[in-house]
Amino acid sequence: MSVVLEDKKQAFLANFVAKSADKDSSIAKQEALKALENLEFPTTRDEYWKYTRVGKITNANYSQSPSFNVSDISRYLVEGLGAYLVVFVNGFFSEELSEISQAKGITICPIAKARKEHVDEFDQHFGRLSKHESQFFSAVNTVYNTNGVYLNIEKNSVVDKPIHMINLTDAANAAYNPRNLFIVEENAEVTIINSYETISGSSFTNSTTEIYVNEGATVDSYILQNQSETSKQVNEIDVVQKANSIYTANTVTLNGELVRNNYNIEVKGQGCKTNLYGLCLTSGNQHIDNHTIIDHIEPNCESNEVYIGVLDDSSTAVFNGKVFVRSEAQKTNAYQQNKNMLLTDDASAYSKPELEIYADDVKCSHGSTTGQVDEEAIFYLRTRGVSELNARKMMIRAFANEILENIKIDALRAVLESKIDERFS
Amino acid sequence: MGKYTEEQLEKELETQEYKYGFVTDIETEKAPIGLSEDIIRLISAKKNEPNWLLEYRLKAYKAWLTMEEPEWAHVNYPKVDFQDIYYYAAPKPKKQLDSLDEVDSELLEMYEKLGISIDEQKKLSNVAVDIVMDSVSVKTTFQDTLAKLGIIFGSFSDAVQNHPELVKKYMGTIVPYTDNYYAALNAAVFTDGSFCYIPKGVRCPMELSTYFRINEAQTGQFERTLVVADQGSYVSYLEGCTAPMRDENQLHAAVVELVALDDAEIKYSTVQNWYPGDKEGKGGIYNFVTKRGLCEKNAKISWTQVETGSSVTWKYPSCILKGDNSVGEFYSVAVTNNLQQADTGTKMLHLGKNTKSTIISKGVSAGNSQNSYRGLVKINKNAINARNFSQCDSLLMGNKCGAHTFPYIEVDNKSAKVEHEATTSKIGEDQIFYCNQRGIDTESAIKLIVNGYAKDVLNQLPMEFAVEAQKLLAISLEGSVG
Amino acid sequence: MLSIKNLHASVDGTEILKGLNLEVNAGEVHAIMGPNGSGKSTLASVLAGKEDYEVLGEITLNGKDISDLAPEERAAEGVFLAFQYPVEIPGVSNVNFLKTAVNDIRAFKGLPPMLAKDFLKLLKEKRALVELDKKLTNRSVNEGFSGGEKKRNEIFQMAMLKPKLAILDETDSGLDIDALRIVANGVNKLKSADNATIVITHYQRLLDYIIPDFVHVLYDGKIIKSGTKELALELEEKGYDWLIKPEMAQ
Repeated sequence: MSVVLEDKKQAFLANFVAKSADKDSSIAKQEALKALENLEFPTTRDEYWKYTRVGKITNANYSQSPSFNVSDISRYLVEGLGAYLVVFVNGFFSEELSEISQAKGITICPIAKARKEHVDEFDQHFGRLSKHESQFFSAVNTVYNTNGVYLNIEKNSVVDKPIHMINLTDAANAAYNPRNLFIVEENAEVTIINSYETISGSSFTNSTTEIYVNEGATVDSYILQNQSETSKQVNEIDVVQKANSIYTANTVTLNGELVRNNYNIEVKGQGCKTNLYGLCLTSGNQHIDNHTIIDHIEPNCESNEVYIGVLDDSSTAVFNGKVFVRSEAQKTNAYQQNKNMLLTDDASAYSKPELEIYADDVKCSHGSTTGQVDEEAIFYLRTRGVSELNARKMMIRAFANEILENIKIDALRAVLESKIDERFS
Repeated sequence: MGKYTEEQLEKELETQEYKYGFVTDIETEKAPIGLSEDIIRLISAKKNEPNWLLEYRLKAYKAWLTMEEPEWAHVNYPKVDFQDIYYYAAPKPKKQLDSLDEVDSELLEMYEKLGISIDEQKKLSNVAVDIVMDSVSVKTTFQDTLAKLGIIFGSFSDAVQNHPELVKKYMGTIVPYTDNYYAALNAAVFTDGSFCYIPKGVRCPMELSTYFRINEAQTGQFERTLVVADQGSYVSYLEGCTAPMRDENQLHAAVVELVALDDAEIKYSTVQNWYPGDKEGKGGIYNFVTKRGLCEKNAKISWTQVETGSSVTWKYPSCILKGDNSVGEFYSVAVTNNLQQADTGTKMLHLGKNTKSTIISKGVSAGNSQNSYRGLVKINKNAINARNFSQCDSLLMGNKCGAHTFPYIEVDNKSAKVEHEATTSKIGEDQIFYCNQRGIDTESAIKLIVNGYAKDVLNQLPMEFAVEAQKLLAISLEGSVG
Repeated sequence: MLSIKNLHASVDGTEILKGLNLEVNAGEVHAIMGPNGSGKSTLASVLAGKEDYEVLGEITLNGKDISDLAPEERAAEGVFLAFQYPVEIPGVSNVNFLKTAVNDIRAFKGLPPMLAKDFLKLLKEKRALVELDKKLTNRSVNEGFSGGEKKRNEIFQMAMLKPKLAILDETDSGLDIDALRIVANGVNKLKSADNATIVITHYQRLLDYIIPDFVHVLYDGKIIKSGTKELALELEEKGYDWLIKPEMAQ
């Protein structure tokens, strides 16, 4: 590494040192510290970062330990959801804003607390899935994470209402590393919503979440990214699925200057279902990059992946989906689809749907389409008396609907629908 | 035939040899082994080249020295020792020949084995052939007929001597030596290849064909092909390749450049059947090839390839759709068996308005092979109304092989319409049973089904080639059924 | 011609045929009827040699044991199965498919390939027999065919291959009345003193067109009743329950 780069790296890491006061003696942290000695900022020369430059993240100076003063979070709630609330502001857990009534079979607490109070469970799971040894941002998170959510759903427990984690930032330029660990035991069921919003200013969120979906468990997860147009986010979600489990992720990106999502799903049991759905509506100079890896290791599983982008102004959307089917994973059905709609000539869509298949008795397919709004359909609608604006709105909504209709929580879907309508009015 | 068991198949395979795996005993002249500036000077001097070409070679060599072997492809092989290769091996020059009777009888015999009996071809089919053995063009047929139309078709070396202005004007403009590692190497050491020029408005009345043959051991083949179709002209160009069976890996690093000027059309078909190595993966050709064409206004370039040979293939025939309304097409069947590895596909770069491209790729993996499609479709900001359709299918036979799809789709213009579809599945057991029930045994059923699967591509080939290609598909899949 | 003795067939440990016996003589038409899941289609597949089943028992065709033969060998011996769901083979034309089949069977019998001219003649003749559109013979095997066209194509192939034993597996399903008539006519025209036909069907309807000499009721992997044409009418009227109930009572 050149001296200049090394200096830049140290300067970047210095943004975090002061905040990692917590005593974390985990193996993962040691591994990540060691890895960081050699890991460099990702560049577009790395295939994994081919279409995304991280300069906007790595060149910035972040304010240290920003204070905050938030009392009303009602506008960040999903109306009518009735969820357990876990609220973080600038990376710090806010007990007063959170509503965690402990119910039977569920443990929800800040991860810093779990590190001390659920030592065995914590040690068995923490850092076992994250890519801190190969990925720069994952390593940064593993070393410098301050807090996040620890979730443990006991065997056969069905969580009565969704768990909503709200990540707020309120600072001129904050950088923080939320770290979550979700353990969903056998046959348990849970719905988790993770939303990222900005109260004021801008931020860099470097989030890592590890999710264990044990045998027969069902996890429905939603990520809603709606930070300010100057905020950046790198979001890693590492999942391992055991036999007959169902994992579904819906990722909706509405705002943010630079958003990079990395899903790594290991399907390590038979009879699993994996659904990854993504929707991004981009505008301005936004750059949204969705990377997914689904690794089919065992036979008789099914995965479904649909990512949709509606791209306005000079924005860019990247989709890179990879499906591995290992030689043992016979009878895998994998489906992968990326669709982009460009609204302007300055928008760009980069799509890389990849299949890597080593078993023969499989049904795998993928598709990618990029185009504009169907002008003939617009014309048709207009001849029926619909205004052009409404016709376009209608077409965009119809396009986005393929993702929205997978959202099982009505209250959440309604919020998203209204946000999308707002965007295009 | 009794119940067709794997054991029986294996026995059959042992006796069934690579059809083209013979060595012809022809006196050759070789340069010393290894690569250096001196070798390049020697090659250039042997070929009596003008100084600008030597300079070009040396510049390419210097560039090559600074480059690194690409490692991004989904292939894995022991690295090539570039100092352990003969860069020049030519059949000993004889005096200029006036008739076939004067051709070396050993050579004639080889043509027979290759299935290119020159005499026969003169009479029966309408194909002009240029034969390149160990990178040196040894015989071109039909010269006179073509000359009358002003078509230049022959060896690259001849073109350098007789049409230096054309070579100088176009060579390296489509694939510059800086393009990649193997292109740079080729530019430094290429020994021969084919050259073709079709004048304005001329429709070439016959298929032009080059037959490439590696014969000598330890030699690399570095040929260069340049096809220029002047305004409003048309040419259909065929390329075939074979090599002897050898235990060693041999390197083939070719460059093909196509120039289709306004309103011109080039159809370029390849049946690639380099020696694929044996069942254990011993020997075989490393096929690292750079092929690219440029389309000016209303021009069209169509690549068709049937890839059954080589132990490692790294090849992406591409189209630069520079001119408005230009069209690029890529039709490919790639079959890998045993321990073969192929990473192949195309690049379609849309620069002009109303440009159109079509990609049809059909992969078949059997045995322990790895077969990857890698393709780029790029729609530039100014490429208004560009269209692309890609269909990349993979067929798997047996559970020890791999089929991979790596498409890159980059769209910077909203008026573009880009569609990519891909499927991967195993050969249909119900289809095989259906054929069996009608009295067709499993081997034939698979040939039938695979040929059907590849039909959209095979249909693009000229008749004579299509028949040959069908046979090749069948041969290369033999023994792939458990 | 066909003799089946104590035939058992199971798939993944589940027994479907449980000791089935059947004798079919040359020149006869046998109908096999039975409710869903009784094993009718399994019987058809097992006779054709589908390898998904574990099979015990004896199947002889003209005195020759065919139970260990591969599907293509059985085809060459004269077994033809008209599939309930004919398979699509993209890119392979019907003509090419049939030419390969005809010549592979000829090769099996030690005969040289049929001359192209003779093949074409045969093709035209048989196409007329089943009123198959010429366009269909040039298209890929069954690809994009309607349900009726697929079934007609099966009978066309049967005509081309001249089997000794034809097994029609639910050939009437998905056919309208005109298509049914055409298919049945084809079958009737192909009938001779040297060959035999097994018609597997749910409904009596087809048997109005292809008159069976014998009717068998297959239930739970066994033939529980055999009779003549009248049995089919009786089944049509009373259903299967009256036959099954005493069986269950045992």
